[in-house]
Amino acid sequence: MAQTVEPRTARGRGEAAPAPVSKIAPRRRKLPIPYLLIGPALILLAIVLLWPIVQMVWYSFTDFTTRNLLPNQPGPTWNGFSHYQTLLSDPEFWTILRNTVVVCVLMVGITMVLGTLVGLLLHKLPKWFAGFVSIGMMLAWATPALSASLVFRWLFLPERGLVNVTLDSLPDWLVGSGWLDYNWFLEPLPLFSILITVIVWQSFPFIAVSVLAGLKSIPDELYEAARMDGASAWKAFWNVTFPMLRPLFALLLILQIIWDLRVFTQLYILANSFQNKDVYLLSYYIYQQGFSASPANYGMGSAIAVVMTVMILFVTAYYLRIMIRQGETR
Amino acid sequence: MTAIEQTSGTAVRERATGGAGSGGSDRPRRVYRRGPLRRMRSLPLYLAGLAVFLFSVFPVYWMIITAFKPVGEIFTRDQTFFPNAPTLEHFDRVLNGNLIPGVNFWEFLGNSLLVTIASVAMGAFLSLLAAVAVARFRFRLRTAFIILLLMIQMVPMEALIISIFINFRQLSDVSGVELLGNLSGLLIVYTAVSLPITILMLRGFVAAVPKELEEAAAIDGAGPWTVFWRILMPLVAPGLVAASIFAFITAWNEFIVALTFLGRSTEEYTLPLTLSYYFGRFGTEWGSIMAASTLLTIPVMIFFLFVQRRMVSGLTMGAVKG
Repeated sequence: MAQTVEPRTARGRGEAAPAPVSKIAPRRRKLPIPYLLIGPALILLAIVLLWPIVQMVWYSFTDFTTRNLLPNQPGPTWNGFSHYQTLLSDPEFWTILRNTVVVCVLMVGITMVLGTLVGLLLHKLPKWFAGFVSIGMMLAWATPALSASLVFRWLFLPERGLVNVTLDSLPDWLVGSGWLDYNWFLEPLPLFSILITVIVWQSFPFIAVSVLAGLKSIPDELYEAARMDGASAWKAFWNVTFPMLRPLFALLLILQIIWDLRVFTQLYILANSFQNKDVYLLSYYIYQQGFSASPANYGMGSAIAVVMTVMILFVTAYYLRIMIRQGETR
Repeated sequence: MTAIEQTSGTAVRERATGGAGSGGSDRPRRVYRRGPLRRMRSLPLYLAGLAVFLFSVFPVYWMIITAFKPVGEIFTRDQTFFPNAPTLEHFDRVLNGNLIPGVNFWEFLGNSLLVTIASVAMGAFLSLLAAVAVARFRFRLRTAFIILLLMIQMVPMEALIISIFINFRQLSDVSGVELLGNLSGLLIVYTAVSLPITILMLRGFVAAVPKELEEAAAIDGAGPWTVFWRILMPLVAPGLVAASIFAFITAWNEFIVALTFLGRSTEEYTLPLTLSYYFGRFGTEWGSIMAASTLLTIPVMIFFLFVQRRMVSGLTMGAVKG
């Protein structure tokens, strides 16, 4: 899945030949050369990303706060599962967890459906027009998360934002009244709607382009056969396209879930403060506990982070299974 | 289009192998090609395509157009789709004024470029070494290393942010080198974050170089270093460029680590952080906010044009994203 084809085919070609060689070769070069080569990268990854995972779990069982970071201060003290107990009995946490899951499901669902539909559409359009639409999608895709969030905040700004102005100019019987001053950024429902819009806007091009690439690999004969059997476009999709592209869809789904669970920058700009706990998502809650709460509650933040990591771990496990099956680890 | 095709091609290949035509990109599309009647029937498709195009482009268009509008056309209910009196005042303010008291745009641009380019260079070097190890040698921990890379690639920075921050706080105390509040800590984190994807990408490119070439050079008397520079490097270079551009975009857009690491050291801010700070302070100056957003976007757009073909394949490995 991962590689471009040049390396891919080459690997496929090379794999068969060097395999027997490699069985002999290691005996001859028993030198630790490969370990020297991966060493620097491994050390860096261990310090920057692996060790903090261990620390995160450990901190979640302590009362770590800013005080413990000062020199000549005792380290944090163990306080067992108390953070987890607090979290589990805290309705606010459950609301945030539920919102995170719901928002993530909506983002992923809408992105996947829209992306797939656009992919199918591009496949039907003549090449020049599909290319034209793709260039437009590239712009959405390439926009940095921060710029995108700011533009959407500006579009939905009370009194002057284009969306508010436009909704206000539409007849009242159609959209209701009072849109001009409507503030989208205070309540969870409108805020999350905009958040989902930003994410979908930025993510659907990737799905569309991937699906388009997948569609091109399906032989036309299958569709002709389906048409002979009198299958409608809908049936052809579910009986030909979907089964053929199932591995692709699985991978796209996983990547999308992981990316959308992590959303932070967009919410940071759209919510623009930590005052309203109703609009928190897990990643936002973690950051707030660590760097906005006073005093900072590193222990609690870590406990929330553990919850989020466990969620991502399940998805990652599935991802690993796919990668191993596809021979990516060989 | 080819690279994109190949990507999902690999996923699909297992199932599609039986198919007669595997690379079907040049085959004429089935319906909707001939005759005015057909063209009429395909009109809704064109309209849908146009809608997708407009939906994708409009926010970007609105960002740029706002940046060129004079203040009077921004502070009004009558929003127009084109500036009546286009102006460069916002760009002038962003480029020549002080975005944050005492610091101007060019210094932030310098910070961003420094940390991005330095981390890309370090990452390219380290990942090339590791990729050679993974592609050219069979060693005991090889599979474990690859699985580790695949897993780390999925590690959410947003969850680790607290422990990474504390980790770097403690590293600074132990080493005596201050890693927070300046670009050095960011440099280390950005280098590490892009390593998994760049190693996994480069591994394929290294493996694609025929071993016979290297052996032939060795027989002609080239040492391992010469073989590396004269044989391997030129052939791996395109992959190195692609991987580096991914790493560049990731580091260029990165926000949460910069936010935590730089804290109040405003003179060290990277561009995304500057923009967010400016928005927090001058939240109503939409003209200059949009001008700055446009400037932040331009380098990424340019690089996207370069790697457009490899974008999908690389992204499926989880590279560039917010």
